[in-house]
Amino acid sequence: MNRALRPLLATTVIFLLAYLAAVLQYPSMLSTRVLGNFLTDNAFLGIAAVGMTFVIISGGIDLSVGAVIGFSTVLIATLIMWSGLHPALAFAITLAVSAGFGALMGAAIHYLKVPSFIVTLAGMFLARGGASVLSPDSIGIKHEVYTAISRAYILLPGGGRLTVIGMVMLAVFALGILLAHRTRFGSYVYALGGNETSAALMGVPVARTTILVYTLSSTLAGIAGIVFSLYTSAGYSLSALGVELDAIAAVVIGGTLLTGGYGFVAGTFIGVMLQGLVQTYIVFDGTLSSWWTKIVIGGLLFMFILLQRLVFSASGPRKKAFRKS
Amino acid sequence: MTDAAHPVLEARGIVKIFGQHRALDGVNFAVRAGEVHALLGENGAGKSTLIKILTGAYQPDGGDILLEGAPVRFTDPLNAQGSGIGTVYQEVNLLPNRSVAENLFLGRQPTRFGLVQRKSIVTQAAALMATYGLDIDVRAELGSYSVAVQQIVAIARAVELSGKVLVLDEPTASLDRNEVDKLFDVVRSLKARGLGIIFITHFLDQVFAVSDRVTILRNGQLIGTRDLSTVTATEVVRMMLGKDLAYAHAAPPVDEAAKGPVKVTFTGLGRAGRVAPFTLSLHAGEVVGVAGLLGSGRTEMARLMFGVDTADEGETIVDGRPVRVRNPAQAVAAGFGFCPEDRKLDGIFGELSVRENIIIALQAKLGWFRALHRDEQDEIAGRYADDLDIRAANHDMPVKLLSGGNQQKVILARWLANDPTFLILDEPTRGIDVGAHAEIVRTINRLREEGLALLVISSELDEVVAYSNRVVVMRDRKMVAELHGADITPAVIVAAIADNTLTTEPVT
Repeated sequence: MNRALRPLLATTVIFLLAYLAAVLQYPSMLSTRVLGNFLTDNAFLGIAAVGMTFVIISGGIDLSVGAVIGFSTVLIATLIMWSGLHPALAFAITLAVSAGFGALMGAAIHYLKVPSFIVTLAGMFLARGGASVLSPDSIGIKHEVYTAISRAYILLPGGGRLTVIGMVMLAVFALGILLAHRTRFGSYVYALGGNETSAALMGVPVARTTILVYTLSSTLAGIAGIVFSLYTSAGYSLSALGVELDAIAAVVIGGTLLTGGYGFVAGTFIGVMLQGLVQTYIVFDGTLSSWWTKIVIGGLLFMFILLQRLVFSASGPRKKAFRKS
Repeated sequence: MTDAAHPVLEARGIVKIFGQHRALDGVNFAVRAGEVHALLGENGAGKSTLIKILTGAYQPDGGDILLEGAPVRFTDPLNAQGSGIGTVYQEVNLLPNRSVAENLFLGRQPTRFGLVQRKSIVTQAAALMATYGLDIDVRAELGSYSVAVQQIVAIARAVELSGKVLVLDEPTASLDRNEVDKLFDVVRSLKARGLGIIFITHFLDQVFAVSDRVTILRNGQLIGTRDLSTVTATEVVRMMLGKDLAYAHAAPPVDEAAKGPVKVTFTGLGRAGRVAPFTLSLHAGEVVGVAGLLGSGRTEMARLMFGVDTADEGETIVDGRPVRVRNPAQAVAAGFGFCPEDRKLDGIFGELSVRENIIIALQAKLGWFRALHRDEQDEIAGRYADDLDIRAANHDMPVKLLSGGNQQKVILARWLANDPTFLILDEPTRGIDVGAHAEIVRTINRLREEGLALLVISSELDEVVAYSNRVVVMRDRKMVAELHGADITPAVIVAAIADNTLTTEPVT
C-alpha cells in the first residue's frame, strides 16, 4: 500500500471509532439531522481547509486565512448594507479582492524569496486590520436573498437538512479532489512540495504555480467568508479568529504532511468532520466546557504528527531492488 | 540523423571566466551520435563548468556551441532539453514523492476536458520502462525504488524529452556493481539507438567499460581527446594528473629513518560502502602521503579516522592505548586535527575574524565555561599567525577576505593551537595560487620536524613526493599499495593508481 495513504486510513478509522463511541453513549447522534448540522456548522472551516491543503502540499503555509474570512464578511456587509449593492455583486467583488490578495502574497513569496510563514503573517495583520478600518463593529445583514438562502435546504431522509452552505462545502471538496489528483496543476502542487529545485528542472512553472496556490487559498477563504456571513447574517472584523489554525489542524489530522509533498483533500474533509464530531459531542454532553474541543484537537494533532514521523522517516522508504530475472 | 563522423554536439574554443579565474580556456569538445564520450578530470579541471555550459546552466564567455552543425545558444537547462540535450545528475532530480509514471510524464500528461488521463499515463509509462528492461509498478512512489531504478527513470525522462544528447553526470557514484552493470546495459542500448552520450565519472574502469572516446581536462585546459582503444589506463591517469615521467626524480627523498616512535595506529578501520578496512600506523615526525583519484576513498578514509563518519569495524590506537573515535569531538580529545578538502564549506567560518577562527577549536576543547581571555586569544592567534606567516592586515579582519593560501594557514593554525599529535590534511594546496604551494609544503616539512604525525591527501604528486616518508595509494575505496623510499616517485604512484583499472570485474 502507498505509505502516504496510511495516515489517511488512520484518520478514517479514528473518526469511525469516535463516532461509534459517541453513538453508543448518545444514540440520537446517529441521525441525518446531526450529520446535516455537521456540514452546516463547519462549512466555512471546511472550505478554507481545502485551500490550506493545497498550500501545505506545496510546502507552504497560509496564516492569513482567518483574517481574510473576517475581512470578507465585513466587506460583504458594508457593500450590501451601506452601499446598497445586490449580494451577488458583493460576492463577486469580495472574491475578486480576496483572489488578488492571495496572488500578491504568492508573488511576494516567490519573487522576494520570503518564507510563506512571514508573508502570510503580514497578510493576516493587513486583512484583520483592514476589516477593522472598514468597520470595527458588527454589521447585521438584512436582505431577502440572505433570508432565502438561509431558509433553503434539501430535506434528507430522517429529517436532516442539507443547507445551501453545506452543499457549497461539499462542492468545494469535490472540485478540490479533482483539482489535486486529476489536473496538471494538481501534480505541479505536489511537485513543488516534493522538491522545488527538481520541479523547476522538470519544467514545472514554479512562479505560476506558487501564485496560483495562494490565490486559490485566499479565494476559498473569500468563499468561506461569504458562507460565514450567510451562516451568521452579519459581518464582523473579529469573526473567524484563529480559523487558519483550525484549518491547519484539519489538514494535518487528515493525513497531509506538514513539510509538503504528500496529502489528500479527502483527508482534510475527515479532519474537519472529526473536529465537528468533538464539538457536537460536547454539546450533547452539556457538562463539558467547550475548551475540551481544543484539548482533544491538540491531542489528536500531536498523535498524527507522531504517526507521520513514524510512517515517513523512522521506517524510511523501502528500497525495491531490481527484479531478479 | 547525423552520421557517425559528424558530431551531434560540438563546443569550439569555449572560455568561461569566474572573476579572475579562467575556469575554461579555449576548450574544444565534440560528441558524435552513437558514441559514449567520457569526460575526465580532477576537481577544478573544468568538467562541471563545461557540462553546465553545454546544458545551458551557464553562458560561455567565448566560443561556440554547435548542435548538428548549427550554432546554438541555450538560455537555461529546459531550453537545452527542448533542443535535444538531456541531463541526468548524480542526485536524481526527480520527485521521490510522486509515482514513477507521473515523474515520466509531469508537465506533458495527456488530458481530456482538463483532466489527466491516468490510465493512459500508467500504460505508456509501463511500456516505456519495459523498453529499458525494467518490470516495475509505475504507480508506486519513485522514492520507494533504489537509486539505480531512479537513475534509469531519470534517463528515460531525459531521453523522451530530448533525444539527441544525453549527459550522465556521475550517475554511478552511489550504485553497487550489479546496478552499474544494469545502468551500462541501458547506456549501450541508447548508444545503439544513435544518441550521443557524455559520461562523467571518477571511475576509470567504468570509462573503459562503456566509453568509446575520452576527453581529458586539467586546470581548465583541454589536454586531449583519445580513442579508448588506443590508450592505456596509465596514460589516461598521467594525462589527468599532468605528470611527465621524465620529471620524476625532482624531489630529494625524505629520510625514512628519521621518524620517531609509533604515534597512531588504525587497525582494520572500515565502513561498508565507503572504505574497505585498512591498517595504517603513523610515527611521530612522519608524513604519510595519500594518493589516488577523486572518489578512490581517500577523503572517506580521512573522515573515518577523524570520526566524521563512524567506522563499522576496526579500532584506533593512540600511544599504545585504544581510544574511541565516534565523532570529531572525541578525535580532538585524542589529539587529532583535520583540515578538510573544501575549506569554504567545512573549514573556515568566513564571517569570523582570523583570531576567532584560530581560537575556536581550542575553545571547543576547553569547553565554554573556561572562556579564553581576550589577551590570551590575541597572544595565541598572534603566535601562530607569525609562525605560519599568515598575511592579514590585522587579526580581527574576516577570514573570507584572505587569500586561499592564508585561509589554509588559518585552519592549520587552529589545529596547531590545539597542540595535536596527529594532523590530517586533505588537499592542503587545492585552490591556492601556485606561489603559495611551496610555502604549504615547507610548513608540512616543518611540522614533521617538530615531531607531528601527518597524513596528507593530495592530487599533486610532485608535492606528495616532496614531503612524504611513505605513500599509500587508494583505488576503488581500498588501500591498494604502500610505497617506501626509492619507490616514492610520480611514475610509480601513477602506475599504482592506474594498475588493474582495465578490469570491470569486482575487486574482491
